[in-house]
Order: sequence, then structure tokens, then C-alpha cells
Amino acid sequence: MSVERAMAAWDGSTSRRDFLRTSGLFVLGFSGAGAAGVSRWGFDGAAGEPAPYPDVDFLQLDSWLVVHEDGTATFYVGKTDGGQGTGTATRQILCDELDVAYDRSELVMGRTDMTVDQGGSGGSDAIERDAMAARRVAAEARRVLLEMAADRLAVPVDALAVSDGVIWVRGDRSRTVGYGELVGGRRFDVALMGANVNATTGLASVKPVQELKLVGQSIPRYDIPGKVDGSLEWAVDVKLPRMVHARNVRPPFAGATVVGVDESSVRDLPGFVGVFTEGNYVAVVCEREEQAIAAAERLAVLWEKPARAPFPASDELFDYMRGTTPVGGGGRASAQVQGDPDVALAGAATVVEAAYDIPFHGHTAIGPAHGLADPSDGQMTIYTNDMKPYSHRTGIAEFVGMSPEQVRVIWMDGPQLYGRTAADDAGFEAAWLANELGRPVRMQWSREEETAWDTKGPAFAIDMKGGLDADGNVVALDYRARIANYAHVGYNQADTVLIAQLMGIRPERPSPGGGRGPDEMYHIPNRRQVTRAVRFPLAFETPLRTGNLRDPNGPQTAFAGESFIDELAAAANADPVELRLRLLRGSGEDDDAHRRARSIAVVEAAAEAYGWDLRPSPRAVGSGRLLTGRGISYAYRARTTVATIAEVEIDRETGRVWVRRMVCGHDCGLVINPDGLESTVQGNLLHGISRTLYEEVRFDGERVTSVDWRTHPTLTHMDTPERIDVVIVNGDPNPDRPDLLPYGAGEPSHRTVPAAIANAIHDATGVRMRRLPLRPERVLAELERMGL
Amino acid sequence: MSQITLRVNGETRTVDVDPSTPLLYVLRNDLGLRGPRFGCGLSQCGTCTVLMNGNPVRSCSRPVSRAQGTEITTLEGLSGDDELHPVQQAWIDEQVPQCGYCQNGQILAAAALLADNPGPTDDEIREGMNRVLCRCMTYYRIQAAVRRAAEVMADGEVER
Repeated sequence: MSVERAMAAWDGSTSRRDFLRTSGLFVLGFSGAGAAGVSRWGFDGAAGEPAPYPDVDFLQLDSWLVVHEDGTATFYVGKTDGGQGTGTATRQILCDELDVAYDRSELVMGRTDMTVDQGGSGGSDAIERDAMAARRVAAEARRVLLEMAADRLAVPVDALAVSDGVIWVRGDRSRTVGYGELVGGRRFDVALMGANVNATTGLASVKPVQELKLVGQSIPRYDIPGKVDGSLEWAVDVKLPRMVHARNVRPPFAGATVVGVDESSVRDLPGFVGVFTEGNYVAVVCEREEQAIAAAERLAVLWEKPARAPFPASDELFDYMRGTTPVGGGGRASAQVQGDPDVALAGAATVVEAAYDIPFHGHTAIGPAHGLADPSDGQMTIYTNDMKPYSHRTGIAEFVGMSPEQVRVIWMDGPQLYGRTAADDAGFEAAWLANELGRPVRMQWSREEETAWDTKGPAFAIDMKGGLDADGNVVALDYRARIANYAHVGYNQADTVLIAQLMGIRPERPSPGGGRGPDEMYHIPNRRQVTRAVRFPLAFETPLRTGNLRDPNGPQTAFAGESFIDELAAAANADPVELRLRLLRGSGEDDDAHRRARSIAVVEAAAEAYGWDLRPSPRAVGSGRLLTGRGISYAYRARTTVATIAEVEIDRETGRVWVRRMVCGHDCGLVINPDGLESTVQGNLLHGISRTLYEEVRFDGERVTSVDWRTHPTLTHMDTPERIDVVIVNGDPNPDRPDLLPYGAGEPSHRTVPAAIANAIHDATGVRMRRLPLRPERVLAELERMGL
Repeated sequence: MSQITLRVNGETRTVDVDPSTPLLYVLRNDLGLRGPRFGCGLSQCGTCTVLMNGNPVRSCSRPVSRAQGTEITTLEGLSGDDELHPVQQAWIDEQVPQCGYCQNGQILAAAALLADNPGPTDDEIREGMNRVLCRCMTYYRIQAAVRRAAEVMADGEVER
């Protein structure tokens, strides 16, 4: 709908080609048979003509917003909304700055031919970073509109007032002009400034927080009605003329190589189109979807097993990780030392040591990866839910040998992503097959592929050591991590996507990832953080490819860090909240984001909302079948601070852990949409419970054996807490500051969950669970070991 | 291939497909419906749910031949012409979905649950909804929305 409206903004006085060449509304220059709901004009590009999908120029105001003749506005941002409400929140911010009513606006997200390259989503920074750039542009548009009105009404700008797209002369409501009259249907033609898209700005200042009207309101999400009544068109729904269906055939053993493919095994199947093989990449294509599924099952491929086991079995994983020689520093800042931890530990009255193990976790989206590639007219259009459409575009262009200007990516809704998922891989596969075939190809992964072959959040083996002085003060903390993240897979890289790896393409050098320890603001005078990467014999073409998974490394490092703070509290006979506050208050130093003050605020707020009574853990173990306890965990991520309290119920007969209640103190600065924030935090907390209690990617020495929802369990309705309280805190030392900014939300809360649960189990039972996930059999074994 | 006649959302539709084709692909690819979506193909997650004579069925594992002679309702057919089913309205009121991909199954499971048991306890909601998975983990809001829908349906009016 927005596209038609934007098209209506083109007045027809110039040819479309000229129009495309000039700056401004070249956002209209798209072509081909698009998805329903998106316009469908053919592009009449001839050979030798400029490529049709140039980058959208972030230095032109018209690239970011259009005011229509009726005074409504369309915003364009280079972001995607995975269902956390960032689209709605962005609209609230932009409407506030532009002074347009919320319901007279709309938002286009993540189309590489129409929206500026803001990188797509990731890092929970949609509001913190990208919406702020768009906000400054909206403020600039308002400034320009006021200047136009001043001309029109022959008064100085400061004699004008504006509200909901109408400007009038103060004191004379008869002299008014609407935004639509001023610029509707025409371009602003205003240049912006900024060294990069994140720094985009005009001359205008943004409004002080106190003047924002929509910001702070729980406006219902615009995407929900279409998700509830079945009317929304998703990336999986797009159908194109001559479209065919593809399925992959994966190696049955990790590292297996193709010896031969017998096409005759499927050639006679109905609807058969082709078998495509290069290196160890194998795919089948058929006219109909169920035909492709059948052909992929039937295709005879002779595979040769690798001579050497590709990786240890998951049961031996942590012994392997601790016993092998590390290969790298694990990225930047891999070793950080402060004070002299060795001397401090040697002189400590009490030394505590503990080892924590966190397995590989998968994204395992509810809908397996998919992508649709249309090679019509010598161009390439990808329909995808990939959260990073811009790198999807450039990566695919590089992989199939096209210029980026020939490729566009249209982001549409899809199953949840939360990081570097197989949506990247499926889009590349669809594009490669479409290029081979010359027909639109829809690639759809199976459940087994999604679970076994999606990129994984890396496993960690973490050894902690801490020292207390005679008064129970923490004087030293030593963190040593090993991370199974030797060849970290980035987003949409033409040399690390799965199809490239299977074809034998390798990056110039592997990219070990994950260098930092837990993010906290504790004042501990002597400390060390060291992270080393380890590798398995099979580094590429492996189902244990590592990539970003929601809050990369955060839940793992915070599980060790925040469990261990509780171990120190127990050794010091201190209350876990009291010890944390003592460590947070221990230093007078602050940082520019006032993170320390806001760390204290969230711990205090969570404890108060929960009704935390000060006492050391564990409590006296009860005599009934159900044991209950509470645990806290605190962390920051970037500039957002979080403290989460979990209350658990443990069935001593079965070992089942139920997180009955959660309280989350959360400070992310300025809150745009409180209900959207709460929903996002709830999702992150529950996903955290799932990773803590159930999720683990299992494998034997040959292949990943977690292949479906039975072998890779996830949180269910039965496991959902009875009550979740998200306590929104503003711990800024100057809470009413007019320039208060929003900080990232979502991932910061996710990382607090594992330790909060493990600490609550310890509180209830005295048992310290140091290996995730905390499945019933493991809890039961520990309870039995403790004689409970 | 053979001619298969289906009753979908109150209309009679005829398709020419292999009778063993899972109903899901016929609904999506031949009839152009968007509600039921592929999640696992194994009857484990519920994303592909449709109602068959009012009962939730996993269309990914049901051959289309075994759907003949039943009244199939998809998410698109749950609402009346002018107003949403109370469960759908409750989903909006509670702002349930995140990505929304699984919500087809959640909504249809809830509608079937409430048709069967208009006043479920919290435990009955958990048990009744348990086999429908959500990876955005919107369970907490789903359960609140089921309670809200149950109240609205009992009152016979929409609560605001």
C-alpha cells in the first residue's frame, strides 16, 4: 500500500527513468512481479541501461520520508521487525518529531531498493541507534516544512505553531497550512549531513523528551491484526509465475564428501525439474513442493565418510574443550587483567573455584529457513525474512557474480530469527539455483536441517576462581573461558554461507569469536578475564558452524559470572543481593552512561518488587516433595542494565524445575512503547528459561543428533511461569533530562536468566548446578548425590 | 494425480493432486491460504494446524485424501464476515504475537479448547495448549489471552 502511495508522490512530469536517476524518490525504482501487496510494474530496463536497484542515498531527506498530498506520511527505514514492535516504536518516534498523527503514518522496512542501508536488525539497537538517525531526519523535515509555511504565510518561523501536520500562525487559527499543501506529492530535495548512515542529521534539533507525546505510550502494534486473522503476506507465501520448489540433500555424516549422484533415481518422479550438485552441495528442484520433498528423500547419493571424526560427541565435549590446545585468543580483548589477581588469590583468606559448562545452542526457528529468488529480466530479487537484507543483497550478488545494483532483497515477515540464522543460507541457495535454472526458485529447509544445520551459539567451558578476605570482601576474580568458536560465521558472507562451504569455498582465515567475559560493574580490585578459542578437526562444512545467536555469548558468560558471585556470597555467608550491591557501590567511579548508578537501580528495584528478604543462600531445605528457592542475576549489555529474580519449584521426585515467577528490573533509558518493551523482555526471559532448562544441541562423533522437537526440546506452555513482572526503571542520576535516550532492549534481559535459575535451585536445595541445560535427570542426579 | 474435493472455510474446492499430498501443501499452494504454515512436517509443533469438523488437526501430516468429506476451517475462516472470533480479538487485546508464525496453531488450538471447555482452569489452559510450540515464547500472553477470550465468550460481550 505504501508503495502505491509513494508512487502517487511521483507527479509524472518526468519520465520514470529520469526520475530514477535524480535523487530523492528513486525509492520507487523497483521492478518485476512482486509479492502481492507490493506493486507490480515491470521495469523496462534494456541492455546497457543503468542497473535498476542503486543504493538508496541516505544523505537525501526524500530517502527517509514522503509527505503525501493528504498530509499523511510514509517513513522508510533500513531495519526489520522480528515481532518485537520496533516498527511501531519507530513510527511513534518519527511521528512525534515530524508532528504527524500516528494513524496518519506508515512505515516501510527492509527493502534494499527503497530503504537506506541501516544494516537490518541485530544487536537490539533498532531504537537506540537506527531510529535515532531517522528521528533526526524527521526533525529536519519538520524544520523545512516550517520554513515553507513561513514563506507561504509571510511570517517568521517562530510565529508559527504546528500540530498533527497542520501549521498555523500563533494567535490566528484562520491562517493555517497543512503539510500536504506544502510538499504533498513533491520531493523535499534537502541534503542531509553525516559521515555514515548512523550519523545522518539535518540542521534541526530533536525535541526534548518532555515534548514527546506518542513516545511513552503503549500504542498497539500495527503488525498484529494481520498476524491474527491470516491476512498478512509472509515471505513463505510469495508465489511467482514459473516458480519451482527446491530442497537440499545434506551430508548424512559431518564432513562427508559426494562420490556420486544418481539422477536416474529421481528423474521419473512427477514434476522433476533437476538435480544440482557442486562439490558437496546437492539440491533437487521440482514443480511442486511435495514433489521436491519426495525427490530429496529418494535421491541416491553416494557419500564417503571422512577419515577422521569431525568432532567429539557432545557427552565428551567439555573434557575435549578443556584438554585440547587452544588455537586463538578468541577475538579482541581476549585477556584483560586488572591489579594482580595471582597475588591477591595467594593472600586470600578463602579461595573458591568452580567450573561451568554451556553446550551449543541452536536458533531452531519455529519455521525452518526459506528464501525465494527471482532471476527475471537478468536481475535478481530475493524475498526473505532475513533480518539483514542489505548484506543478503551484497553477499548474494558476490556469490552469483552479479553487481549489487542488479540485486534487491525484499524483507517480509517470517519465523523468528534472533541472530545469524539459516535464513542467510537458504537465500543464497535459492539465488544460486535460480541463477542455474533461470526460473524463480523457492528454497525451503526441513525441520531436521533447521535443527541440525543452522548455525549454533558456541559452547563454553569456563573456570572461575575467586578470593575473599577475612571480612568476606571479594578481593580477586579470575575468569578463564574456552569457547568452541574457531570459525565464526558472519552474516551473509559469500565465503562462509553453508552452500559456499559445501562447495569447497573457504574464507581467507577463520574468524574466532567471543572474547569478553561477563559484563558487570562490580568493583573487584584484582581480576583477570581470558578467553581462548578451541577447534574441532572439522572446521568447515560442519553442522556445528558457530554464529550469532540471540545475545551472542551473553547467557553463557553471565551464567558463569553470576552463578559464581552467588558461590562467593555463600562462602562469605552474605545475601546475594546485598553482596551485589556492595560490589556495585564499591567504587565511586562512574562511566558516561551512568551504568553503575543504573545497575544499582535495577538490582534494588527487582529486589523490592519481588519482596526479597535478606538472608544467605541456601535456605533450610524443606521436607516436602516440592522445594522452592529464589535467585538473582544482574548484567548490563551496552548501556542497558538488568537484574532478574527467578523463583523456582523443584520436584524432588522427578527433578523437574519450574520457574514459577520472574521479576525483571530493566533500565533501558527512555522507553518508547512500554507494552512493546514488556513483551520483548518477556520473550527474552522465556527464551532464557528454555536455553537454561532444556536446550542442548546433541551430537555423536559423526553427526548432530538433535534433529526435531523431540531430540531438541524447547519451552512449552506447561513450563511457562505463573507470573512475570517487568519493572521498568529509570536509574539515570538526572531522570528528567530532556535529552534522555533510549538504549537497546531485548537481549540484555536474556543473559540474566541462566544464573538466576541456577542460583534459585541452589537456594532451594544447596545443590549447585554448573552444567546447562538443567534437565530433570541431571537435577535428580545432583539431588541424589547430595542425599536429598 | 487425481481430483480431490474439499470443503474449506465453507466453500467447496476441487484440486488435482496426488492423494498422498499433505493437506498443508494443498491449502497453501493450490488454494492460496496463508494461515496454516510449515513448521516441522512431523506433527510436533502445531504451526500447520487447521480445524477439521471443529477439531484441531496437523495438516502437515494429514494426506489430502483423508480430508475429504470434512469441514476444514483455517485461520482465515475462523472469523465472521464483520468481526473477529473472540479468540482473535483477545490476541489483539493482549498483544500476543511476536513474529507470529506459530500463532495460527495457537489461535486455532485455543478456539477448539474453548469450544470444548468454555471455562478452563489455568492448568487446563496449559495442558490444552501444550502441544503447540512458540519459539518467540509468547506463552505467557497466549495464556492470558485464552483467559480473556473465555471471559468474553462467557459474558457474551467484548470487554474493553
